[in-house]
Amino acid sequence: MMKTWQAGKRLLPMTAALGLILAGCGREDLSVLRPQGPAAESSFALMKLSISIMIVVLLVVFSIAAYVWIRFRRKPDQNEIPKQVEGSFKLEVLWTVIPLILVVVLAVPTVKAVFAAGNDHSGDKDAIKVKVTGHQYWWEFEYTDYGVTTAQDLVIPAGKDIAFELSTKDVLHSFWVPSLSGKMDTNPDGTVNRFSFSAPNEGVYRGKCAELCGPSHGFMEFKVKSVSGAAFEEWIASMKAPDSVLPDDPALAETFKSQCLTCHATGSMQDLSQAPNLTGIGSRESVAGILLNDDTRVDGAPVEENLKTWLHDPQSVKPGNKMPDPKDLGLSDEEIDGIAEFLAGYTLD
Amino acid sequence: MDWITTVDHKKIAILYLWAGGIFFGIGGLEAILIRIQLIKPMNTFLDAQTFNELITMHGTTMIFLGVMPVIFALMNAVIPLQIGARDVAFPFLNALGFWTFLFGGILLNLSWVMGGAPDAGWTSYTPLSSTGYSPTHGVDFYTIGLQIAGLGTLIGGINFLATIITMRAPGMSFMRMPMFAWTTFITSAIILFAFPAITVGLVLLTFDRILDANFFNVAGGGNPVLWQHIFWIFGHPEVYILILPAFGVISEVIPTFSRKRLFGYSSMVFATILIAFLGFMVWAHHMFTTGLGPVANALFSVSTMLIAVPTGIKIFNWLFTMWGGQVRFTTPNLFAAGFIPTFTMGGVTGVMLASAPADFQFHDTYFVVAHFHYVIVGGLVLGLFAGLHYWWPKMFGRMLSEKLGKWTFWTFIIGFHLTFFVQHFLGLMGMQRRVFTYLPNQQFDLLNLVSTIGAMLMGVGMMIFLTNIFLTSRRPADAADDPWEDGRTLEWTIPSPPPEYNFKQTPLVRGLDAFWKEKMAGHKAMTPSEPVGSIHMPSATILPFLMSVGIFIAGLGFMFSRDEFSSSVMSFLFNNYIVTALGLLITFGSMLMRSLFDDPGWHIEPEELEGR
Repeated sequence: MMKTWQAGKRLLPMTAALGLILAGCGREDLSVLRPQGPAAESSFALMKLSISIMIVVLLVVFSIAAYVWIRFRRKPDQNEIPKQVEGSFKLEVLWTVIPLILVVVLAVPTVKAVFAAGNDHSGDKDAIKVKVTGHQYWWEFEYTDYGVTTAQDLVIPAGKDIAFELSTKDVLHSFWVPSLSGKMDTNPDGTVNRFSFSAPNEGVYRGKCAELCGPSHGFMEFKVKSVSGAAFEEWIASMKAPDSVLPDDPALAETFKSQCLTCHATGSMQDLSQAPNLTGIGSRESVAGILLNDDTRVDGAPVEENLKTWLHDPQSVKPGNKMPDPKDLGLSDEEIDGIAEFLAGYTLD
Repeated sequence: MDWITTVDHKKIAILYLWAGGIFFGIGGLEAILIRIQLIKPMNTFLDAQTFNELITMHGTTMIFLGVMPVIFALMNAVIPLQIGARDVAFPFLNALGFWTFLFGGILLNLSWVMGGAPDAGWTSYTPLSSTGYSPTHGVDFYTIGLQIAGLGTLIGGINFLATIITMRAPGMSFMRMPMFAWTTFITSAIILFAFPAITVGLVLLTFDRILDANFFNVAGGGNPVLWQHIFWIFGHPEVYILILPAFGVISEVIPTFSRKRLFGYSSMVFATILIAFLGFMVWAHHMFTTGLGPVANALFSVSTMLIAVPTGIKIFNWLFTMWGGQVRFTTPNLFAAGFIPTFTMGGVTGVMLASAPADFQFHDTYFVVAHFHYVIVGGLVLGLFAGLHYWWPKMFGRMLSEKLGKWTFWTFIIGFHLTFFVQHFLGLMGMQRRVFTYLPNQQFDLLNLVSTIGAMLMGVGMMIFLTNIFLTSRRPADAADDPWEDGRTLEWTIPSPPPEYNFKQTPLVRGLDAFWKEKMAGHKAMTPSEPVGSIHMPSATILPFLMSVGIFIAGLGFMFSRDEFSSSVMSFLFNNYIVTALGLLITFGSMLMRSLFDDPGWHIEPEELEGR
């Protein structure tokens, strides 16, 4: 066991160096290699340890291989028969025992971390409880303690543990925010999964679906918005505001009510969950998860434009999604633009 | 006709090689299309549905119809020769195994032209693979095509077990058996235990889809996670079904071209058995994110890591086989040399994946894609290339061109590393697998471009290999009995290609590497263990072909039994299971014929043997 720890210690400097190199890879809000929360950091620590061990193994194998290839290459005049060696008990024991030690070095922290990760916060009074439901191809987030439901943007208070309860309404999905935590599958009712993570730093993180779930699997993205505690309370309060907002133009309001609100919910209608909740959609990070809202146009388009793109042809944006084409519902181009404009202005302030 | 009725293991090997090669080409084409689609973000070369069909068919085709048959080709071509036998134990079954594989494969690929290929991934996780979410016949083609092809694999596996247990030449104890025969033996044992699991799984899924059963349907009391367990209880051992024969090939090639016996033979045997055993203990490491809980995750983490130990033994034994030898870099040995570092890289990422909390991040990302391609392409395919170049003169009597072989090696292996090395980083940077496209500005663009260029280069390598085969086939068949000059095992003691009875006289085996031992004792040939006598040969027969055609028709009939056809005759035929019954009638009728008519085979008499 003593040897194990020594081996671990020797690996430390290498681990640190690797950490620095790997940290250069990818976006801060997306990459596994740039962890932004304790859950992702725990995975990252194990990854660094295992990569270090494995690089040592690779170096040993590569150098022996290179040596024998060069040293024992058959020379043109070489005709004597090489000694037919049977094996070597000592050597064979050596390369049985060393891998075993390396496995133990990796297995001990792995088992520790497995049980730490299994420690969910569903009974923790201080944790924010969120019920995540996967749908083809969007995410529903229900804050059970607050009676608030939203979609696509998961708003969380920075630093607090979030206790998730995961399930799906249709096929299997997998809930993954690489820079904050590893993934967890959403299974159909009956096998609800629980796990938790927290985001100490405020910011927006990119989330993905990691289980093949149909044509638009690759587009089933979402955002995690970590905000200050006060901003979170404010957000909850405005989500709970009972009034349902409607377009100013009465004709358009009627269309919106009869065509959109049969599936989508706004304001106090929190119980509809066959389509994403629209409350405050104008202040979300994206439309449909993939059309990024960005007034500066560096990484997307303004929200109104994105809404128009989506509403004019939802299938071309996200193939195979369940949203009917507004044109098939009898909406004119002007009506669609009007609704897009209204939704873009439907913000939470 | 000769080829349809043959029961000769050497001809069946060539049939397996051609059929497997064609499916491998189809799978490769699918891979190239996939990589073209991913060459840049938001590409519109393919639509999402087609992409999902391509990834599903690429995985399924490569594993079941591409590499497995090529493995079987090598086993069929080499095993009876290596153990000094005149054929496999059951030549009739051997032919049946090939034909069921071929018709299963054809059925699966018919899906491209008969209304939608399977689209739920090669793992076909429910509920995505249920009729509710995959309403075309795609997944039916998957379940029934694989069922029929799997039959062939199971038959083949049992046949090799029987052959190796009962038909070794006098003096060849298990511990004198060549390593490739050992890995074939263990692989066959894994097939025997693993394939029934997928058979059952496929039956259940077929019943869910065609007969509205509820095995995996939550609303009906079923459980989709059950499918994952059944699939991976088969699926993980399947990985070893694939890689162990490659280990065997490498263990033959390296000693031959180092002119040294395999280092640590008995520990190699022991490691192979241990890998096979552990292979059945680790299936749930594919399911760490399913929510099995910390106890299961911890156990499966540790058991998975343990596989590194026997695998490590093998790697170091190979390295020390070369140590002190005289290494020649012929094409086969070049592939074996490429195999060692490449496979080791796939192995170490496997250990990384075994660490469950880290796997929460790796799982279902391009890191995993990189890992298993390092194992399957960097391990198995390089192993198969080594084996094909090594035994090609024995199979066809012609040496492949060394020059073109070296070109194949370098383009293929450089292309391979370009394609898959960068995918480790893509996965770690947050790119999940099985996505038909990705948003720009996520730093995925450059690495995906590199990956696609690498894939093209691998394609070039394959083209060079095909050219090599084509040019070689036009040259005279003049390969020597022992063309590599340092052959160690029995297959190199007989002509290339071997006569249909293989050995005029069964050889007497006096130790490991029997031929080498005789050569060192100054002999030119093996000592025979019997006088020249009449050789019994099995008769050619069309029945295996007919049986497989029957199952193929029955499968199609069952699959479409509920469809509405525009023609009422068709509806009548299918909806009343008449087509299914007809197919089964052909199969069972052929079986009856086989049972009723005794076929004593025929003999090759000593005069004829001496006449050659």
